[in-house]
Amino acid sequence: MTNLLEARGLRAAYGETRVLHGIDFAVRQGGVTALLGANGAGKTTTLRAICGLVRTQGEITLGDKRIDGMPTEDIVRLGVAHVPEGRGTFMELTVEENMRLGAYTRPARETTDDFEHMFSYFPRLKERYRQQAGTLSGGEQQMLAIVRALLLRPRLLLLDEPSFGLAPLIVQEIFRILARIKQDAGVSILLVEQNAAIALEFAEDAYVLETGRIVMAGSSAEISQDEGIRRSYLGY
Amino acid sequence: MLAGVIHQIMSGIATGGIYASVALALVMIYQATHHVNFAQGEMATFSTYIALACINAGFPYWVALLIAVVFSFVVGVAIERILMRPLANAPILASVGVFIGLLLIINSLSGWFFDYTIKQFPSPFPDHPMLGGYLSGHELGSTAVTLIVLISVYLFFRHTKLGLAMRAAAFNPTSSRLVGVRVGWMLALGWGLAAGIGAIAGCMVAPVVFLDPNMMAGILLYAFAGALLGGIDNPLGAVLGGFAVGVIENLGGAYLVGTELKLSLALVIIVAVLTIKPTGLMGRRVYSRV
Repeated sequence: MTNLLEARGLRAAYGETRVLHGIDFAVRQGGVTALLGANGAGKTTTLRAICGLVRTQGEITLGDKRIDGMPTEDIVRLGVAHVPEGRGTFMELTVEENMRLGAYTRPARETTDDFEHMFSYFPRLKERYRQQAGTLSGGEQQMLAIVRALLLRPRLLLLDEPSFGLAPLIVQEIFRILARIKQDAGVSILLVEQNAAIALEFAEDAYVLETGRIVMAGSSAEISQDEGIRRSYLGY
Repeated sequence: MLAGVIHQIMSGIATGGIYASVALALVMIYQATHHVNFAQGEMATFSTYIALACINAGFPYWVALLIAVVFSFVVGVAIERILMRPLANAPILASVGVFIGLLLIINSLSGWFFDYTIKQFPSPFPDHPMLGGYLSGHELGSTAVTLIVLISVYLFFRHTKLGLAMRAAAFNPTSSRLVGVRVGWMLALGWGLAAGIGAIAGCMVAPVVFLDPNMMAGILLYAFAGALLGGIDNPLGAVLGGFAVGVIENLGGAYLVGTELKLSLALVIIVAVLTIKPTGLMGRRVYSRV
């Protein structure tokens, strides 16, 4: 299978603080890849690097196009949707306005059906449609963030800790729907998670990051069976 | 007595409309940059001179106004792109420095190009009293123009895709980039719109107060008081605050402190709001749950 996204020798820094020290990874076309690792390993920074939200060195390609160094807005327009850390909700705006912003790069007439389609995944958002997004619960905001990203019709979906701060039942529900979305939309996913068990179950491939370096790469099955990796990095 | 009070309230609403427009311009920049653009008034004054130059060059009034608005829009966009853009991540004082610099430079440019003498500015509205003598033709006309501007701006922000993107860019720039909004241009458009609104406000007030390079100094103070009173982060609040300050100013001037001390009422309002209720009467309460 071909790779949709490839990164080679990717470095990133916040000012003087280097966070990524030259990492290589790939996301397969239509596949789910997980980035695992402890707090501060550089998982979030990796996603931010792909979107051009942090200054990088090294090469990032999407399909056959170099995207490193491009402005975020242009990377997004190539079909990269990012569900950021903290969900990135437009708190002051309504659920409807949040969704319309998700579809911002597409003509309005194309998206009417998409809205209904999104409600079939997340019916609760339909009930909250006219409500200020800041009043939603954490789980609902996570759903809204995923919907906002999907309305872009992305080729690549970057998910930053969709389980963060949510009750286990809600996390299960969200991953169940993500699995459906992956089948329906054929979108490739790069998933960052602290919850390694749930991530390895969802993803086919995984990378383990430690302080800005990749310490293991392989299929999810290989990684979840590696006793050493499991003990030292995944914590279960 | 009662007729006098009604008259003061009505013409207070008329001048309040001007304050409301300028307050709205201040809020639009404030929402995007979290700073008050102290040069907003001088920009509007300069725009009014442009309109006057066009009228003197023989253009019909409304064409001249349109030229002034378009000119101001372009200048507003240029100021954001050229001067504010490089300061996006700079400390607050850097932006404040630019605002003060702009204020001084534009004020001087107005004087340099159009000289410092006080000039008459024509009104497009009839000269006779209207509404049973409570309002002059110009007061009524300028209030109508102000309302049309305010309503159009409201409809633009509420009901267009571009308006939504501009609001999003002001609230949450990173999330806006991640849905493909070109945030830099949205901020520049905000500056352009604010400058255009200021141009209309300048042209509406100039027939009343006459045109000179410092025409908007006092008006900016009233508008700032209005914006604070309503809530500096709430466009609707700022607009209502502007109207309220117009009425307070007129009533206070007529029955309380006299016309000479009217401007001090603006300062009283500013200090009172900042000490008693810094968010303003309609300051935004954002509901957020974690």
